Amino acid sequence: MQYAIARRARMLAAAGVLLAFAAVASAQQTPAIPPNQVVIDNFAFAPATLTVAPGTQVVWINHDDEPHTVTSVDGGRTFKSPALGTDDKFTFTFAKPGTYKYFCSIHRYMAGTIEVK
Amino acid sequence: MDSHDTENPCGTRRGLLKCMAWAGTGIVWSVVGGVPRGLGLGGTALAAPVDGFSFVQISDTHIGFKAEANPDPKATLQQALDRIAGLPHKPAMMIHTGDVSHLSKAEEFDTAAQILKGAKLDTHFIPGEHDVIGDDGKQFFGRFGGKGAAPGGWYSFDEGGVHFVALVNVLGFTPGTGGTLGKEQIEWLERDLKGKSASTPIVVLGHVPLWPIYPQWGWATDDAAQAMAYLKRFGSVTVLNGHIHQVVQKVEGKVSFQTARSTAFPIFAAGQGPGPGPMKVPADHLKAVLGIRDIAYAPATGLVIADSTLAS
Repeated sequence: MQYAIARRARMLAAAGVLLAFAAVASAQQTPAIPPNQVVIDNFAFAPATLTVAPGTQVVWINHDDEPHTVTSVDGGRTFKSPALGTDDKFTFTFAKPGTYKYFCSIHRYMAGTIEVK
Repeated sequence: MDSHDTENPCGTRRGLLKCMAWAGTGIVWSVVGGVPRGLGLGGTALAAPVDGFSFVQISDTHIGFKAEANPDPKATLQQALDRIAGLPHKPAMMIHTGDVSHLSKAEEFDTAAQILKGAKLDTHFIPGEHDVIGDDGKQFFGRFGGKGAAPGGWYSFDEGGVHFVALVNVLGFTPGTGGTLGKEQIEWLERDLKGKSASTPIVVLGHVPLWPIYPQWGWATDDAAQAMAYLKRFGSVTVLNGHIHQVVQKVEGKVSFQTARSTAFPIFAAGQGPGPGPMKVPADHLKAVLGIRDIAYAPATGLVIADSTLAS
């Protein structure tokens, strides 16, 4: 059952129906996507830009069968995850305000941004 | 008649029979820029070339992968090697065009090395992006690095009159489209090719395709055009790539680009699926979408390439 829900959630998220997803998820009494989470689904970071307050711990979770990384564009000096396999998570706490761009070092066209303000 | 046979075996009746014997097992002849080439249709191995040599290419073995698309890539790699061992002629060497491992883990590299050793072939490797995760390829180059390789991992060697250039286009430290070679490597390539006569056949190895097949999925190398500019003057250039787990071919002037099948799992055709990820096929169809490549070279014929699947 849990698997079915996860599958359904992934399909909906992939379709970009994030609001509908949150509604369905809460209707099924599973937690909605937390505001500090970035989901990797079908070779994309969602949301592509996430805005958080300073001091927030951001969590990335990989829902693809393919591994991905979360690597800051300064060559991973600010933050750099190891290879994230299916359902692996990576966390990083953004202490200072700023715009933090990152990409997947395996699939270099996959890009995302964390706005801290 | 007999003299015609040796000059152009397909141009005479007796020669045609020889050609048909070959074509009947799945090779289609085409003539590109005066260089005859055979493209395997998935059924056969090449005959041993006269006055030449042959080698095999495998790619994208992804040891460590365990999702539904292939729960056991170790077994399919072994099947690929068995197939190579069964070729009617012994290849002079093997080329592995990257993604030896799935997640750059030490135990994945160990397992791959163990299985590949069974081929008993001198093997030349280049890394795929799955081989350099987290350590910029340190482990990979430590185990599979080429002889005399530059600090960046690229190298060249000669075999049977063919000059091989092994490039590394998976160490991109910044966002981009797909692969990247970098200034240092392109300058090295210019120097490496400098003294070579234009009649030297060149084989270029690179993991990510060196021509833009489908940039939306990263199937391109950002700065490949610069590298190709140095290769233009040569009469025969063959580029062997991996990465996309399927055979795609393109000829541009005297340069022929060829991507190879994986031994682990197939990937969707460009733009034909949700993304460039593993494609699940029915278990009994898997062998038909995995494969090896057999390449023969002789001065008279140039390079002749045959792709075959594990099912054929």
